Amino acid sequence: MFGWTGTTLRVDLTKGTITREATDLELAHDYLGARGMGGKIMIDEVAPDTDALSPANKLIFSPGPLTGTFAPSAGRFEVVTKAPLNNVIAGSNSGGAFGPELKYAGYDALIIEGKAAKPVYLWIKNDEVEIRDASAVWGHTTPDTTDLVRAETDEDAKVACIGPAGEHLSPIANIMNEMHRAAGRSGVGAVMGSKNLKAIAVFGTGAVTVADPDRFKAAVMKARKLIQAHPVGGTGLKAYGTDVLVNILNQTGALPTRNYQDGYFPTADKTGGESLAAKQLVRPKGCFSCIISCGRVTKVDNPAYAGYGEGPEYESAWAFGADCGIDDLDAITKANFLCNEHGIDTISLGSTIACAMELFELGVITAKDTDGVQLTFGNVPAMVEMTRKACTGEGFGAKLAQGSYRLAESYGHPELSMTCKKQETPAYDPRGVQGIGLNYATNNRGGDHVRGYTIAIEVLQNGAVMDPRVTEGKADLDITFQNLTGALDSAGACLFSTFGIGAGELAEMLSAVTGVEYSVDEFMKIGERIWNQERLWNLKQGYTTDDDALPKRLLTEPIKTGPAKGEVNHLDKMLPEYYQLRGWDEKGVPTKAKLKELSLA
Amino acid sequence: MAKVLMIHPDKCTGCRNCELACSFEHESRFRPGASRVQAYTWEREGMSVPMMCQQCDDAACVKVCPTGAMHRSTTLANLVDWDERVCIRCKMCTVACPFGNARYDAASSSIFKCDTCQGAPECVTFCPNGALEFVDDEQQVRSRKKAYAAKFKEAFQEVS
Ligand code: SF4
Ligand code: SF4
Repeated sequence: MFGWTGTTLRVDLTKGTITREATDLELAHDYLGARGMGGKIMIDEVAPDTDALSPANKLIFSPGPLTGTFAPSAGRFEVVTKAPLNNVIAGSNSGGAFGPELKYAGYDALIIEGKAAKPVYLWIKNDEVEIRDASAVWGHTTPDTTDLVRAETDEDAKVACIGPAGEHLSPIANIMNEMHRAAGRSGVGAVMGSKNLKAIAVFGTGAVTVADPDRFKAAVMKARKLIQAHPVGGTGLKAYGTDVLVNILNQTGALPTRNYQDGYFPTADKTGGESLAAKQLVRPKGCFSCIISCGRVTKVDNPAYAGYGEGPEYESAWAFGADCGIDDLDAITKANFLCNEHGIDTISLGSTIACAMELFELGVITAKDTDGVQLTFGNVPAMVEMTRKACTGEGFGAKLAQGSYRLAESYGHPELSMTCKKQETPAYDPRGVQGIGLNYATNNRGGDHVRGYTIAIEVLQNGAVMDPRVTEGKADLDITFQNLTGALDSAGACLFSTFGIGAGELAEMLSAVTGVEYSVDEFMKIGERIWNQERLWNLKQGYTTDDDALPKRLLTEPIKTGPAKGEVNHLDKMLPEYYQLRGWDEKGVPTKAKLKELSLA
Repeated sequence: MAKVLMIHPDKCTGCRNCELACSFEHESRFRPGASRVQAYTWEREGMSVPMMCQQCDDAACVKVCPTGAMHRSTTLANLVDWDERVCIRCKMCTVACPFGNARYDAASSSIFKCDTCQGAPECVTFCPNGALEFVDDEQQVRSRKKAYAAKFKEAFQEVS
């Protein structure tokens, strides 16, 4: 057995039992690992009507077959669970070194079920696995938790944990690993919190084996060269991080501003990666096996917002920046630090604060609701203070920590929540970039960019050029990216490796590692299978074609200023074609023939 | 001409490609625990430092080795080599190295110490950030020295 370790670890927190089982390799061939395999395990084991925060939900940590090898920038893992935010299959992807360590400890996946009677953490040292008391760690921030758990286990253990937000069951809480990397979206941290599981520490001394070492090395050398020669993968991301996108999207006229009231922010440059590199950046950092190094070690000296940590990524800088009408990068970086320390999703929280700002300016909420804070767009100290409150769950912060859909709905204005399937849409305005709108609407986890990153072509012209303003060809483009990402995530690769390589290189590395021959077609088919599997789950959750939608504002209120002035999104022109190309009926239900073709029926 | 392995912690991103390359070269699989180079990361500070054998001229590991297994290579300049056939696994070298750069591995019954892949270190090939360099002794510090010289140059250019 190569690539996979062959063993899956199961921990039942209710019973306190720890069991090992053989990884189903036939399934692994069809679903690879990480998102695909995790999703398959969840569908097989969790009843669709399970309450996401009940002991019956399961929390699965799963690396991919490439994880732990030197395939470039492919050391990732996925946290899979039923999402408390919106009931979808939450697959939150993270880097760092936690996923590889799980493999070296001997596991293809870790399945956590039940609920501990009191706070615990899990300590995995190869085949010694223990459930330990975490009462002394509960309540601590993620960096402090990491240090405390390491002091009790091993100083080199890799630690994934929740912060106070996960403990408070915020549906936008995340899971942090190695202090700064986040499995960020859909509230996976709340599921961990609901299980009374504060942290997982792993130390592994085993190996990941390779079927054909010579072939693998040759494939890796080729992939590395392609990424290193790419202007984004090889140079841009290391120099400026993902936040380099601020200026690019602003110049496209698709930088959502003030809760999507506009698509252009005149002073956006102050919040971009170039500004970050000039001021807050200490040095670039890389995840395990990464050759791109987009990570930002950053510090803020300004005493009002002083701190040290990592980030922000582009989407975080946008959420606390342009979306809140803010151009103070010290403050944005501080908000990002607070989120990481307390374990809450930056995109969702920033967008929720923006939504609250609009509610405030409209007079729907007043200073009475916001603990006396004048929560207007552009109010920098207010933004940071609200972030802090959401992190700790104090006062109005407890409402913000529910995400923008629940917030806006509670005040009778769900239309001001910029969400798809209740999850906040990230930093690309669908009115200025048509295809990403289709992706938000059809995305299996709701408002999400990474699983159908049409921006790569529509804006960044990576390998092909397409006009962002047109709808033609976007259904096909979106489907290609959605399928590619399904397979890429499940292999353990980082999305950014596509700034240099594609399905061909990934399939070749996968074949060499596992000894199972994957053609490009088969690789893409795996992605399509995973996408359809997730779709079927969503249909069981009661989602219908009516939910393949965008916030009304994006369809009816044109962008007011900037290069995309006057534009709205034309989802209706793309969605029928999308269904048709997917082999789904006009209601968005996969046909029998399609499911058969994908071995899903 | 002797080549030396130089580390540049200022360029290291903590990606551990060096560890992966090292274990792959020695075992054809990925076991960072078997790597002769380790990149340690201090997560709070976001700082990483790669560590490996310095191939000391006056090597403690060679001095304490009772069998001559740990010896100065006769074929490659600036290499302290380990002869697994002669070694009795008494582990004295692992005790003696002041940097912790030699360790005993029970799984493979070996002493893990950098052998520069016999003059072609894979960690250097795989480091994506130039944090590891295999250079002639005469040029060992050239890049570092020049980088500082350039800073002086800028300063002087401004005042003159
Ligand atoms: S193992 Fe230690 S003592 Fe021996 S040559 Fe290397 S650094 Fe020097
Ligand atoms: S490969 Fe280079 S950058 Fe990466 S950890 Fe090793 S020395 Fe540091």
